[in-house]
Amino acid sequence: MVENNSAFRIPHSALRRVTLIVGHYGSGKTNIAVNLAVAARREHERVAIADLDIVNPYFRTKDSLDLLREKDVRLIVSEYANTNLDIPALPQDMYAVTDDRGLTCILDIGGDDRGALVLGRLRPAILEENDYEMWLVINKYRPLTATPADAIEVLREIEAAANMRCTGIVNNSNLGRETTVADVLASIPYAEEVSALSGLPIVLTTAEETVAKELDGKVKDLFPLALQKNFIERKIQ
Amino acid sequence: MADKVLMKGNEAIAEAAIKAGCRHYFGYPITPQTEVAAYMAKRMPKIGGTFLQAESEIAAINMVYGVASAGLRVMTSSSSPGISLKGEGISYLAGADLPALVVNVQRGGPGLGGIQPSQSDYFQSTRGGGHGDYHMIVLAPSSVQEMAEMTVKGFELADKYRMTAMVLADGTMGQMMEPVDLNFEVAPAPEKPWATTGTEMKRKHNIVNSLSLVPEELEKLNIARFERYELVKRNETMYEEYMMDDADIAIAAFGIAARVSKNAVNEARKRGIKAGLIRPITLWPFPDAPFKKAATHVKQFISVELNMGQMIEDVRLASECKVPVTLCNRVGGMIPSPEQVLDAIVKASK
Repeated sequence: MVENNSAFRIPHSALRRVTLIVGHYGSGKTNIAVNLAVAARREHERVAIADLDIVNPYFRTKDSLDLLREKDVRLIVSEYANTNLDIPALPQDMYAVTDDRGLTCILDIGGDDRGALVLGRLRPAILEENDYEMWLVINKYRPLTATPADAIEVLREIEAAANMRCTGIVNNSNLGRETTVADVLASIPYAEEVSALSGLPIVLTTAEETVAKELDGKVKDLFPLALQKNFIERKIQ
Repeated sequence: MADKVLMKGNEAIAEAAIKAGCRHYFGYPITPQTEVAAYMAKRMPKIGGTFLQAESEIAAINMVYGVASAGLRVMTSSSSPGISLKGEGISYLAGADLPALVVNVQRGGPGLGGIQPSQSDYFQSTRGGGHGDYHMIVLAPSSVQEMAEMTVKGFELADKYRMTAMVLADGTMGQMMEPVDLNFEVAPAPEKPWATTGTEMKRKHNIVNSLSLVPEELEKLNIARFERYELVKRNETMYEEYMMDDADIAIAAFGIAARVSKNAVNEARKRGIKAGLIRPITLWPFPDAPFKKAATHVKQFISVELNMGQMIEDVRLASECKVPVTLCNRVGGMIPSPEQVLDAIVKASK
């Protein structure tokens, strides 16, 4: 019982070979990508997380380096992530994502349409192989995606920049470490409306592990998250 | 908007500015404050406002001068190197007695430095920043909620005293995400009879200018300005005292350093050490009173800063050097840990 509610378990069928995580700036993509990658490693021998964020020099998958090493997840990341070099650099081994088809990949894409531009390079190979999902992360409690219409606007901008269509929605509505069960439940009608407006299914609803335990049976496709500490939290706590 | 929203400090500044009636933002991107501009770029067109990415920081601050002259609430934001570029314009705003809001989300320096947090623009902000005799009102938030509230406060004080107000944050405050309640009241902006809004042939025209041809008049203007500064000192000084009543050791810290220090004070209290914290919220005017009072009962002040020791000078001045003032710091984008501050408290208690 506890096992089913703990982090790093995906509540439904196996992942595609490539899962792209896109969404609004600060929607929680990196946290979800790291959790998905570790979860994927339970079912797949060779798993990689590719940090293709060209927007934000902070809050990178590299913050979770110790966990990823411990769980034997390969990290594909620019050597400049989390340094003072503030440039939109891509990892030198990024083409492993499309060239190595034995690798199960989670792609952490930068925020908004600007972040999604990076997919221009990978799109032809991803479409040709056609074994992928592209999930949009939404958070009702972020000010610029607070209404379903705003979330749809971001979705369309991302799709236009990526020149690819999203295939599912991850409802990651949260208020950071203050999130309550009620906050998650209150976000469900919002997520359902985004789903209805976009025609995309809600593939996952996330909650931090301890909150997720209380949501058991109340939320479909619940994905408990082990929240990753970013550089600020590691510095001041 | 919902009861609470999850925002980055930079976004909270932008949304609070809009709430305060600011419809003109001019800036130039620089990490770690770029989200202010990005947020404004998204929001301003939807509410009939103006977002403009200028060709440089210098252009942006002069656009601020223009809108302020017309009597409207206006702001710019940048990070340390960009604020240096704006220094000339900030001085002109002071010379023309124009109200405006400038946000500095500090990063490590000097020079290009790095993109990690810092508090090393304390001297620059509290002493003026540009050339000439003047001050800005400098507000130092210590949470994302305060990033929003200080932004509104900054606009209000700027209008009230015809001064530039600065929100002095740092990379952590700009980047950290916390729930924010934006459902607070904002008073409408006051009338500005001095603004250059057009005479409609009904009054004498107003002049906004920082150039004075007659030295006697320039002297008078400077003296009158400093009389106004005395009013600001008397009326607007803000600070927070935490466990200071019986404190033997007092930490002085603002912004992110105050958050770290509060944890250290709590830990020290658990160990039986009577530590307390004085957190200046206005860095100019500096809150002298709590330091003067504390100097009668503490045996040491510890100034916790993300620089090589800048506020420490004001702590010494305010406490009239009655007890020792020591420094506990990290620089170059590093932040003192609660353990480091606790160690300094323990050492001071012996």
